[in-house]
Amino acid sequence: MIRGTVHFKIEICKGCELCIVACPQESLGLSNKINLQGYRFAELIKDNCTGCINCALVCPDAAITVYREPKSALRKSGKEAVEVK
Amino acid sequence: MQINDSIEGLELVYQRPATLTDTPFHYCPGCGHGVAHKLLMEVVEEMGIQENTIGVAPVGCSVFAYHYMNIDMQEAAHGRASAVATGIKRVLPDKFVFSYQGDGDLAAIGTAETIHTVNRGENILIVFINNGIYGMTGGQMAPTTLIGQITSTSPYGRDEKLIGYPLKITDMIAILPGAFYVTRQSVNTAGNVRKLKKAFQKSFEFQKLNKGTCFIEVVSNCPSGWGMTPVEANKWMEENMFPYYPLGDLKVPRTEKEKGSNNA
Ligand SMILES: Cc1ncc(C[n+]2csc(CCOP(=O)(O)OP(=O)(O)O)c2C)c(N)n1
Ligand code: SF4
Ligand code: SF4
Repeated sequence: MIRGTVHFKIEICKGCELCIVACPQESLGLSNKINLQGYRFAELIKDNCTGCINCALVCPDAAITVYREPKSALRKSGKEAVEVK
Repeated sequence: MQINDSIEGLELVYQRPATLTDTPFHYCPGCGHGVAHKLLMEVVEEMGIQENTIGVAPVGCSVFAYHYMNIDMQEAAHGRASAVATGIKRVLPDKFVFSYQGDGDLAAIGTAETIHTVNRGENILIVFINNGIYGMTGGQMAPTTLIGQITSTSPYGRDEKLIGYPLKITDMIAILPGAFYVTRQSVNTAGNVRKLKKAFQKSFEFQKLNKGTCFIEVVSNCPSGWGMTPVEANKWMEENMFPYYPLGDLKVPRTEKEKGSNNA
């Protein structure tokens, strides 16, 4: 599987959960902590993010940065056959 | 469980566009205004037109759009954004000009300005955020409110016999010769977000070619005004708004080939 990860700007997240329902991997959840605005913020809860960027696309607060294994790395590790949508 | 969010060996594939300021949006959690702002600014960034784009902000929840979009912007009186955008574009025809308006702004108090701007074929982009309600002022009924929809001024639901039918202003716009590209998109899923972004891109490309008015309706949500969580609001939008305001292109430019065959 392709490895990706997401970083959240937790101070601008409003805990709307739209990223959580948009994630096909069910990798995201709400933290039990709250930010300065008083919202429970989104966070990565599983190690299976593929970097598909769905969460970042639907986030109304542009709070998500996404990283993914580069294509060159996939080729080296023989993972290129895996389809990235 | 310790989650591995290390970026070692990974490459950046998505980040907040630099054309948005660092000011956090004041919008309610889950509000579609944020998605629309973000996409517009992504397109401005990718096309490299930050210095050459002028936006006109409305009255409504997005009244402070100029705090967020890091481009030149002008605030307009309620409903008048397309008229103000007309003036700006005529004086500065080399700039990319757009208005950004809610349904109360564009389809109620601004109906006349909207229709005449498109009828003149002004070479601007009009972004129309249709959330079926007046968000800013406390969730009152809008012209676009659905039949039976409960708002603070239609507590028993919109009654078409008393109030009339929800106004499909985008369909009206599409029949005007001045309208070059008219489309209805949404912000609810990653797929629809990509399509909306494409529509913004196309509109700026058409504007560069002086094609006439591009009009993009964004079927959006208002979790606060509708009294729902953001996730519930998007579901309600899909089940109730989309059947009445179906997504897709209402008017697409004819290809050269089609034009040829029509003339023949
Ligand atoms: C001349 C004038 N009339 C009425 C108002 C009150 N008012 C402010 S925003 C608004 C409607 C906003 O609704 P909409 O355009 O749908 O935007 P939203 O807040 O839903 O994004 C109204 C009626 C005003 N500010 N100015
Ligand atoms: S979509 Fe954005 S604002 Fe909403 S919970 Fe996720 S990161 Fe936070
Ligand atoms: S009131 Fe509605 S339209 Fe306004 S910011 Fe809140 S959710 Fe968005």
